[in-house]
Amino acid sequence: MERESMEFDVVIVGAGPAGLSAACKLMQLAEQREQELMVCVIEKGSEVGAHILSGAVLEPTAINELFPNWKELGAPLNTQVKGDDVYYLTGEQRGVRTPNFLIPKPMHNDGNYIVSMGNVCRWLAEQAEGMGVEIFPGFAASDILYNEDGSVKGVLTGDMGIAEDGSEKDSYMPGMELLAKQTVFAEGCRGHLGKQLMERFDLNKDADPQHYGLGIKEVWTIDPKKHQEGLVVHTAGWPLDNHTEGGGFLYHMENNQVSLGFIVALNYTNPHLSPFDEMQRWKSNPKISQFLEGGERVSYGARAVNKGGMQSVPKLSFPGGLLVGCDAGFLNGAKIKGNHTAMKTGMLAAETIIESLKVGEVANKELGLMDEKYKASWVFDELHKTRNFGPALHKFGTLLGGTFAWFDQNICGGNLPFTWRNTTPDHATLKPLTQSHVINYPKPDGKVTFDKLSSVFLSSTNHEEDQPCHLKLADAGIPLSQNLPLYDEPAQRYCPAGVYEVVKDEEGNDKFQINGQNCVHCKTCDIKDPAQNITWVTPEGGGGPNYGNM
Amino acid sequence: MKILVGVKRVVDFNVRIQVKPDGSGVATDGVKMSMNPFDEIAVEEALRIKEAGNAEEVIVATIGPKACQEQLRTALAMGADRAIHVLTDEEIQPLTGARILKALADKESPKIVMLGKQAIDDDNNQTAQMLGALSHWPQATFASKVKIDGDTATVTREVDAGLETLSVDLPAVISADLRLNEPRYVKLPDIMKAKRKPLEVIEIADLGVEVAPAVKVLKTVAPAKREAGIKVESVTELVTALKEKGLI
Repeated sequence: MERESMEFDVVIVGAGPAGLSAACKLMQLAEQREQELMVCVIEKGSEVGAHILSGAVLEPTAINELFPNWKELGAPLNTQVKGDDVYYLTGEQRGVRTPNFLIPKPMHNDGNYIVSMGNVCRWLAEQAEGMGVEIFPGFAASDILYNEDGSVKGVLTGDMGIAEDGSEKDSYMPGMELLAKQTVFAEGCRGHLGKQLMERFDLNKDADPQHYGLGIKEVWTIDPKKHQEGLVVHTAGWPLDNHTEGGGFLYHMENNQVSLGFIVALNYTNPHLSPFDEMQRWKSNPKISQFLEGGERVSYGARAVNKGGMQSVPKLSFPGGLLVGCDAGFLNGAKIKGNHTAMKTGMLAAETIIESLKVGEVANKELGLMDEKYKASWVFDELHKTRNFGPALHKFGTLLGGTFAWFDQNICGGNLPFTWRNTTPDHATLKPLTQSHVINYPKPDGKVTFDKLSSVFLSSTNHEEDQPCHLKLADAGIPLSQNLPLYDEPAQRYCPAGVYEVVKDEEGNDKFQINGQNCVHCKTCDIKDPAQNITWVTPEGGGGPNYGNM
Repeated sequence: MKILVGVKRVVDFNVRIQVKPDGSGVATDGVKMSMNPFDEIAVEEALRIKEAGNAEEVIVATIGPKACQEQLRTALAMGADRAIHVLTDEEIQPLTGARILKALADKESPKIVMLGKQAIDDDNNQTAQMLGALSHWPQATFASKVKIDGDTATVTREVDAGLETLSVDLPAVISADLRLNEPRYVKLPDIMKAKRKPLEVIEIADLGVEVAPAVKVLKTVAPAKREAGIKVESVTELVTALKEKGLI
């Protein structure tokens, strides 16, 4: 089939912090060199920010470098962190505050800002457009295009107007080829194209498997009397046991709003565990519920994060393209932050492309300079220093691992002469039902805790109804033949949007049902399915959540 | 023949509406905004009339703050030829909107003014009718089918009793209902081209139209939350429960 195509110098996939920082930096450098540069960013969300979900406490290192005058330019970094509380929760009603000196240094937040990353991205997009970048929200990059020599030629945007049965509707519009000298992949954690690239170019050859967490987040408008703008609260411990990694956060933003959430590491072992229900019951601890009672929940969403750190970073360059941000995985697990490293690696990609242009042709070339730049950057430095943080928690549990992290970070400055590794991928950690205890989650109270469906409603998620399901099963039989008897099909519980259900058909037989329309694009199923049988692909552009200020 | 299409920037239909804590209106900060879906249908119909050779130019117009130009650019990307932005930060009510559209129609002399039947933010469903009255033009509202033949339009309307077909002389006001058409997807190159299409900005004051609102909003409140229901085992129990509530 003959498709229309458009040519650019650089095509960037994903309008998140990494992709937009790359776009801005490209234009700045091109302007300095008085060079014409055609840059386009495509984004599957219906608008920039619609699919952005992050805590977020932003460390301003990267934005200071990208826009030293960001304050004058009106960047939405309005709330400086004023207080930093860390609690160790010991039960449903109890928790102790950890004294400041016992907190690992990377968790200190002096000089950081509480932001809505969605709004920061909207602002970055304005800056980029002002410099001439073409940004196309509502267009998903569905496939990678390759040249005959195997190098990346660009991406294909998804076809629009395909019916559920695969036929073309009246509104059918074929996808377009977006061709580029270099394509920058900035899809975020577990990008579906990034995953294909890693496989095709064996980018993970020298890296450990990536490790993930699932973050579930809500925004609340609370009683002004309980609001303390600038206060940052983190919790460890309850409701997770000592061998399940994870923790909670609650940030007091502007306008009497708090942003709160809970992250569960996806290497959990108990198939009965439900990250959604852990998050809900976590809120009922008085250290958290004290702020929420009498308030109103206004938004809900979820997104997987990668937390493998230094050991899991793949090779970043391949013929014709680069991986940046969470598509590669630069989140610093010790700081619980990845926006600054995502932005910085986007900027490094821009420098790589412009500097390579200076010395010759970059079209479809492998720019190994990117990997060199990463290794020489502060991103690598901080990931190197905190490289044992995640593995320590994994090896020794939260308490002992946390103690090690304190010793490693506060006494040794992250310079201990060894590197721990964790080579079991997260999909391979579940224990069968026979070796796992059932977890009884309390019923939601409708005030502080809620059920899944009313939650998904608050994510304003929408997909065109009549389109093929975007969650593909390699083998349609596995959910019922393997996953159900072994693990009671864990997708029913790990999915934070109620996409997967085992229901009874008319004859009373089990049926595996996929409610693709509910999908909030968190990618957890693609990561955690024990049979690696589920592949997340892009639905029709513009579909998915419509997050406001997440 | 020219067609003038009115479009309005509204909170996107996917967004869950939230009332501001002080009850002064609906929260729009950081909320996704889009073209009113009925207006999108109106733009699509105007484009189809033009593509069928029955019109030469499609002009889209909006009234509102600077940000509304996003919606005009969307309409231009769909295929409209040029845009007019009547700039104001004031709240615009249907009567004012109709007066402004009349001023634009006087200026541009279109044969058809095509509007959405209502905007999904205030659901007034008044502007098209008011514009028809102010201009002394025939109006065909809730259109589910439009056929142009020279100086007349045959419009099928969705009415309570079913479908009604009208024949109106042009110039006329037509308002679009949901089933009129399915708007097209916008193509990437057209989005780029739309940035270079003409967009004229007119200060509202220059139109000499009275803008003071005629209706004052006293308070905005969210609908009451639905109380949890109970399950009954039998008809007798249901009847008892209804009696207790004084419902029967």
